[in-house]
Amino acid sequence: MILEDKLGPDADSFYTALMDTHAGLTEAESHALNARLVLIFANQIGDLETLENLLATARQNTPS
Amino acid sequence: MAYDYAPFPYTPPAGLTRPEPRHPVVIVGAGPIGLAMAIDLAQRGTASVVLDDNNVVSIGSRAICWAKRSLEIFDRLGIGKQMLAKGVTWKVGRNFHGENQVYAFDLLPEPGHKYPAFINLQQYYVEQYLAERAQDFPDLIDLRFLNKVTGHIDHGDHVTLDITTPDGDYTLEADYYLACDGAGSATRKRMNLPFNGQTFEEHFLIVDVEMETSPFGNHDTPERWFWFNPPFHNGQSALLHKQPDNIYRIDLQLGPDTDPKEEATEAKVIPRIKAIVGDTPFRLDWMSVYKFRCAKLDRFVHNRVIFVGDSAHVVSPFGARGGNGGVQDVDNLGWKLAAVLQGKAGKPLLESYNIERVHGSAENILNSSRATNFMTPKSPIEALFRDQVLHLAADHPFARKLINSGRLSQPCNLSASALQTPGAAPIPPGTPLIDAPLYDTQGPTWLLTAAHGGFTLITASALHLPDIAGIARIGINQSADYPCYRSEGGHIETRYGTDKIYLLRPDGHVCAVFDTADPIAITAARDRALGAML
Repeated sequence: MILEDKLGPDADSFYTALMDTHAGLTEAESHALNARLVLIFANQIGDLETLENLLATARQNTPS
Repeated sequence: MAYDYAPFPYTPPAGLTRPEPRHPVVIVGAGPIGLAMAIDLAQRGTASVVLDDNNVVSIGSRAICWAKRSLEIFDRLGIGKQMLAKGVTWKVGRNFHGENQVYAFDLLPEPGHKYPAFINLQQYYVEQYLAERAQDFPDLIDLRFLNKVTGHIDHGDHVTLDITTPDGDYTLEADYYLACDGAGSATRKRMNLPFNGQTFEEHFLIVDVEMETSPFGNHDTPERWFWFNPPFHNGQSALLHKQPDNIYRIDLQLGPDTDPKEEATEAKVIPRIKAIVGDTPFRLDWMSVYKFRCAKLDRFVHNRVIFVGDSAHVVSPFGARGGNGGVQDVDNLGWKLAAVLQGKAGKPLLESYNIERVHGSAENILNSSRATNFMTPKSPIEALFRDQVLHLAADHPFARKLINSGRLSQPCNLSASALQTPGAAPIPPGTPLIDAPLYDTQGPTWLLTAAHGGFTLITASALHLPDIAGIARIGINQSADYPCYRSEGGHIETRYGTDKIYLLRPDGHVCAVFDTADPIAITAARDRALGAML
């Protein structure tokens, strides 16, 4: 699965907002936040087949 | 060859022996912004005195990346062609993660523009060309080197300045005082104005090396190369640019815990360069260690004192938004100040400089802060996200869009400003003109060249442009009683459409568009751009 850009001109704004959401948290708190984000985003996507494809894509990209 | 820093001549100023009449404009600082400001005003018939405490161009390459919009402005000021001829043209940038390229971008993929997306040219050349160009206006530009401003007072309707020279002190009076005195602006400090923003903790080493063999390897065309986690440098990032005279700019991120004095020594720098270029012979031309800041004044206009360029706003260099932002300040202020001094517009027009350029610099600061934040992660989580973005970018286009090694300077859009008359067109009000190739009886030319400097109507439609005092006219593919050109390659029709009339401000921004050649509506839009509604 190749993931095309959907954020368009908002890419930098999103990235900044994501970093701001993590600002001031400990590493453990950030990992927990990331877990919550994954669950929230999954629910928002709401389609099992899409989610399974995205999970596999992220897993394939595990740095060696 | 190393640049020859020849001193500019100093002449004892008249004010040392007798009081001088009040000058319309005194410009403090003869860097690229102060000199460009003086030339812009002179081309509009407004005289200025330029004061500088030094008498040579800036030492070291400093601002090197000049964006297309800046080149178009410098074209209007008379040095664009010279800059293009000397400069190194580039438009492709490559981002690497370790040894691997993850993303490349082409900044100007379409043909039909007089100027390229970017050239690299050392700031000292730009200052030299501007200083030479200023000599073309002996009655309108009074360049005074080794004239240091030590104090100033705004009296409401004029400003007085205290000046020190090698031959003693004197005072000057001016209607307007333009502070073009750079990032460390003494004017700003004297006025105790807050200059707030973000300071980045990382140190960056900036080195210019001269070498015969290109460190770009087999690539003949100069590009912008940026590395995250470079294989040759134990640090977060590195940047490589080519300049004229076989000089290469290398930026290395050193991290927060470095001693800048120790780093800016040959003993420390030479091994770092050898790690990049190997055994290729090179000569160190200039080096400096920086911490970057993104900050600006709340207001650029303080009654009779107006801040222009780095004195008003500073950015980190990633995105080339410092010098290029300052050039857009000059472009915005020149016609407005000349119009106010010549009685063609009221003083409120100057407030529009404040609004438009505070907006422009906020945009520059936003973009350069984001780039600097991306390349200098502040926490392990920020580093984790950045590394995974780089990792995903190898396969996924969406992640390439998130990589931020600098969002390069774009012309500022002024659509929200009150000077523009709202309207819809392929090039909407607030946008700077987009160049296109033209042809006249003399041969090939450019829209940019044809539309220099004043209010101008342009159309590629069949509509006949009305004759309105003070507004130039350009017809495309027409035959009329005003200058007409043929389109080359159909670019102007594609870019401007064939059913609109455009009104350009003197700085080349579209300020109104029309479907009919209505002289009353056009006059109203011109008056609005001169501040009639402010």
